Amino acid sequence: MTAPLHLDGNALGGVLIDIFGHEMTDTEGTCLDCGAVHQFGALIAYIAAPGHVLRCPSCSAVLLVIVVEPDGYHVTVESLQAPGV
Amino acid sequence: MAGTAVRGRLNWIGSEVTEVTQETENVRTITLDCPGWPGHRPGQHVDVRLTAPDGYQAQRSYSIASAPAGEQVTLTVEQLEDGEVSTYLAGELRVGDMIELRGPIGGYFVWEPSTGGPVMLIAGGSGVVPLMAMLRARKAAASDVPMRLLYSSRSWDRVIYRDELDALGADPGVAVRHTITGAAPPGWSGYARRIDRDMLAESAWPVDRRPLVYVCGPTGLVEAASQAMVELGHDPMRIRTERFGPTGGTP
Repeated sequence: MTAPLHLDGNALGGVLIDIFGHEMTDTEGTCLDCGAVHQFGALIAYIAAPGHVLRCPSCSAVLLVIVVEPDGYHVTVESLQAPGV
Repeated sequence: MAGTAVRGRLNWIGSEVTEVTQETENVRTITLDCPGWPGHRPGQHVDVRLTAPDGYQAQRSYSIASAPAGEQVTLTVEQLEDGEVSTYLAGELRVGDMIELRGPIGGYFVWEPSTGGPVMLIAGGSGVVPLMAMLRARKAAASDVPMRLLYSSRSWDRVIYRDELDALGADPGVAVRHTITGAAPPGWSGYARRIDRDMLAESAWPVDRRPLVYVCGPTGLVEAASQAMVELGHDPMRIRTERFGPTGGTP
């Protein structure tokens, strides 16, 4: 069975609002691995149960990991710098 | 692009289906009345939540197809094979039924007349939905921002909004071109292949017009088309992408 293709940060728009309290897809984040700046909507997203991964579209570095647990979202900030994150 | 207003967490709104329209064999448009809807910007989407009698819940995201219009929200849903939610929305839902939705969501893949242009819209399959909201908003606002749409479909039967796109294309500021990737209808004189760089070189705005580019559809098409636009010399910062695909997941 082939793995489903990735999507992008737009697909996690609602989840990001849940976590950060406001719209995030137009927030600019800097990849600490390669220095590229991208809006969250442009990040590559791997949607999976129970964890989602957002990666840098320029170098594929893992930027954000979101695990969905019964008690809420567990967020790990990896190679990402962004306001409010 | 104007900043997005800070808002609190989104609330689920119980919304009533007021109209259902079959667009193509497996695509349906649903019009909803959403009490308290705060309005939306073309390109934004909603999350839809269905709850089964046993309490089981499923949630998916759908682009808003309509231009802003009070508390009315229109979604166009393609029924996916084995689609848990899409099979219900595009197949079984009836006028008078209630669904829960929350939104609007999105601040990156948005356009409104004040954003300016010229605008290049590139769509694959149901990716045309958020771009249609942009075309409809342009018309509703009597905007003269020039817009071009290049729309890829597997067959002429699968082209969503066929007649309305024809009518929109009659506006001198709007140009609609189709490409059919499967069997083309008899007498077809349009493009008949996947979107590629040569097709974009012919149909997209020239580089020196510095268009705002919105690409939406399956991941493969979105990446090929946006890559081709960059190779043609368009500014990557003026290209925005939204990938569509199943999010239901399999165990």
